Amino acid sequence: MPEENTANEKVKTAKMLAKDQRAISVSEFFEKNRHLLGYDNKIKALLMIVKEGVDNGLDATEDARILPDIYIKIEELEKEKYKIVIKDNGPGIVRRQIPKIFGILLYGSKFHKLKQTRGQQGLGISCGVLYSQLTTGQPIEVISSTGDGKMHRYKLKIDVKKNEPKILEEDVVEGKEWRGVQISFVCEGLYREHKQSVLEYVKQTAISNPYANIIFDSPTGRFEFKRGVETLPRESKEIKPHLYGVEVGILSRMLHDTKARTLSGFLTSEFTRVGKLSAKQIVEKADILNDKGEPDVMISPRKVSEDQIVSIVKAIKETKLTRPPTDCLSPLGGELIEKGLKKELNPEFVAAICRPPAVYRGWPFEIEVGIAYGGSITEPKFMRFANRVPLLYQAGDCAITKSIIGMDWRRYGINSEKLPTDPVVIFVHMCSVWVPFTSESKEAIASYPVIIKEIKLALQECARKLSIYLSGVRRAQYQAERRSIFERYAHETAVALNELTGEPTEKIEAKIKDIAEKNIKTIELSEQVAERLAKEKREKEENAEKQKESEKPEAKEENKKEEAKEGEEAKKE
Amino acid sequence: MPVTENPDKKLKELGKNTLKQIEKEKNPDIELPIRVLSNIYFDEKSGLVRLGDKISHRTYLNVAHTRKFMQTLMVAAECKKIIDQDVTTSIRDLYYALKRTIPGTKENTVEYQGESDPIIEDLEAALDTLRERLHLQADRKGYVAGPIVVNDAGDRINCAKMGSSGWAIPSNVEPEVITFEKCTADFLIVVEKDAIWQRLNQDKFWKKYNCLILTGKGQPARGCRRLINRMHKELKLPVYVMTDADAWGYYIYSVIKQGSINLSFLSDRLGTPSAKFIGLTTRDVAKFGIPKNVTIKLNKGDIKRANEMLKYIWFKPKEWQDELKHMLEVGYKLELEALSAKGIKYISEKYLPQKIKDKDFLP
Repeated sequence: MPEENTANEKVKTAKMLAKDQRAISVSEFFEKNRHLLGYDNKIKALLMIVKEGVDNGLDATEDARILPDIYIKIEELEKEKYKIVIKDNGPGIVRRQIPKIFGILLYGSKFHKLKQTRGQQGLGISCGVLYSQLTTGQPIEVISSTGDGKMHRYKLKIDVKKNEPKILEEDVVEGKEWRGVQISFVCEGLYREHKQSVLEYVKQTAISNPYANIIFDSPTGRFEFKRGVETLPRESKEIKPHLYGVEVGILSRMLHDTKARTLSGFLTSEFTRVGKLSAKQIVEKADILNDKGEPDVMISPRKVSEDQIVSIVKAIKETKLTRPPTDCLSPLGGELIEKGLKKELNPEFVAAICRPPAVYRGWPFEIEVGIAYGGSITEPKFMRFANRVPLLYQAGDCAITKSIIGMDWRRYGINSEKLPTDPVVIFVHMCSVWVPFTSESKEAIASYPVIIKEIKLALQECARKLSIYLSGVRRAQYQAERRSIFERYAHETAVALNELTGEPTEKIEAKIKDIAEKNIKTIELSEQVAERLAKEKREKEENAEKQKESEKPEAKEENKKEEAKEGEEAKKE
Repeated sequence: MPVTENPDKKLKELGKNTLKQIEKEKNPDIELPIRVLSNIYFDEKSGLVRLGDKISHRTYLNVAHTRKFMQTLMVAAECKKIIDQDVTTSIRDLYYALKRTIPGTKENTVEYQGESDPIIEDLEAALDTLRERLHLQADRKGYVAGPIVVNDAGDRINCAKMGSSGWAIPSNVEPEVITFEKCTADFLIVVEKDAIWQRLNQDKFWKKYNCLILTGKGQPARGCRRLINRMHKELKLPVYVMTDADAWGYYIYSVIKQGSINLSFLSDRLGTPSAKFIGLTTRDVAKFGIPKNVTIKLNKGDIKRANEMLKYIWFKPKEWQDELKHMLEVGYKLELEALSAKGIKYISEKYLPQKIKDKDFLP
């Protein structure tokens, strides 16, 4: 008798179930789960495709140290069906790579490299291809030239089952002088110009990439964002991973893949900031000993057992290691941020600051903040960026939003109800070789305590600058208010004094106004002196603080321990 | 303050001093005695609340003062005008005379009477004069009945023949206007409430006990208090006060007796330190067998006020501390009308005669 459950159904055997079990390709997976990558509605789909295309274009031009010229076009073909064209002036893509880059999910140069880039996984643009063919059945068209006079044109789709490119057309046009990549998609979508739209993305991109020229031909007309500076930010360097960020699984894979022949060699060559001495310490602490009972640094990486890997990860946390190098980061810098904000927002006041690099889970990162106030700005706005890419969705989950909410803005003379309510634009940029996003669609930064701390420090420093400016403005307003009060009541006072003394009213009134004017001038002068003294005092204090910090190397060690701890906590999460 | 003082001259001096400061390019400054609790002290020798010597400066170049500075000079100028014309106006008239729109604004020189009234008091204190001498008068409030003949601006008035309403006390009772021609009364009873005064007048209590009865209808106006002060000083009448048995009633009594914080610069003229308190007290409930059901439970405000008053130096006498504590202990207060529970005429036929006979007073 076949076994039955309480509902009198036949219980299935493993054999029966096995018929349905097979591997799924990534493409198939994302075909069903496109919301995970941000393609959850038609408005957002357009944004995602433009974003991936532009991000790739900017990454390519910057890598090649070329000042970017980006062209975007969105054209409505029929109701809710659009053609999107994105063109850059980058180095182009060599012919044989073109189908792979656009036709395979999770194919790219960025995943295995530790370098600050916009893209990370090699997923974005091919998802756009997948989305286009899913919604309209149309292939994408790629035209690329490396500047050798040959233009390679492809029409391709993704073979979803195999996760492979399916080339429909391929040809070469010769003799045309052009360099770069142009991609065209035909997909379903909905074009809007609200807060989380393509236009907003392009606007914010123009702010965070002020060295780029961007032209956007939208269904409603052309938007041009001119280059504000002629220099690129410093080039970001590739680095090796830091041990503090390593987990058992990663370590296990790396031990298997490495070309190093000894454990010591593995640790020193595959990771940054590990010397022979540190390697030996780790091996010793992990209790990996040879026959003589000495730390077995010469063991082959492939012979390290799973248990030993766990011990190594544990030992790493107990070992003091120098922080990772930070020249891998390419922050925008205060000047570029200020120029970007000025050029697109025309504010009355702008300030920007960059924090020194910090580390979360072994990954170096840097926070930059810009604040723009007044002028053409009429309402508060908060712009979040990760590696110069604007983040438009999931603001509530983002470490940046949480940090902005956590600030007492009123202390800086800025009205707020949780978030500032004054006409102020707050620009926060996190750059890192690995930005910890909360999801694959890369919309919110995860809230590591050290990241929140750095954002808050940056916000405070920037807000202080704004508050000094505002107090100056308010003082001027106050003086104007004083002047108007003194003038307002002068006449009636003079009339009353005329009644009491017989002196002519006009004479008394003129004299009162004269006294008031002199009084205001004196106050202004003394305020200027006070302000100068306060500024000098502040500078002195800041210098003293800096000196103190540099005299305290132990403090840095402390920081490191904290970070290691944080990393540990984050892993638990 | 001699009657010969010349308020007109004082006003002109204020103007001249201010002008002098302006001509010397100094910040124009009017000195005002500070009329708040922190600048008040209780003079135990005279039994009066007096103004301390703290001075505030109202200056033109202080944005918080500028408007008030202008208003002070405007009130002074207006007073000079009416003195020159030898007329008297009400403080409400003055408010309207001052009110105009400041050119180029939507702002008026004074917005409501509550703004100009305190300025008048400031000016009185600053010039050490009386508003009556500045030819200003307030609304009349309060009545008198009993065997006294007064001369009111040339008219002889016999307060024993004023029927059921009594003689209305004018705003200005200074000797220039009011003089006492003949008085045969033995004492003066001041009652807080008009209704009780009418009861006593109807029952001709003043005839039976040969006294004057006066009401200020709640907190007595300064005319009323000045009249009590003069009747005591000039006619040597003992003064007895009767109010509700609650913190507010007791405070009315204290203002009649020692003067008020706001008008502490006039305490000599407005206070009657020898006044005695007849009742009601919470102890009267037991003494006169007043039924408990006419008492009223103390509310939060009553309790807070009573606790504050326990700390006032003029409520320091043992009897008053005793009464206030007793009130807090039993947790009730009562109105004068509560005596009617024992009969309509109980107050005039039993309660008052008994109290006066036993000399059952609080100091």
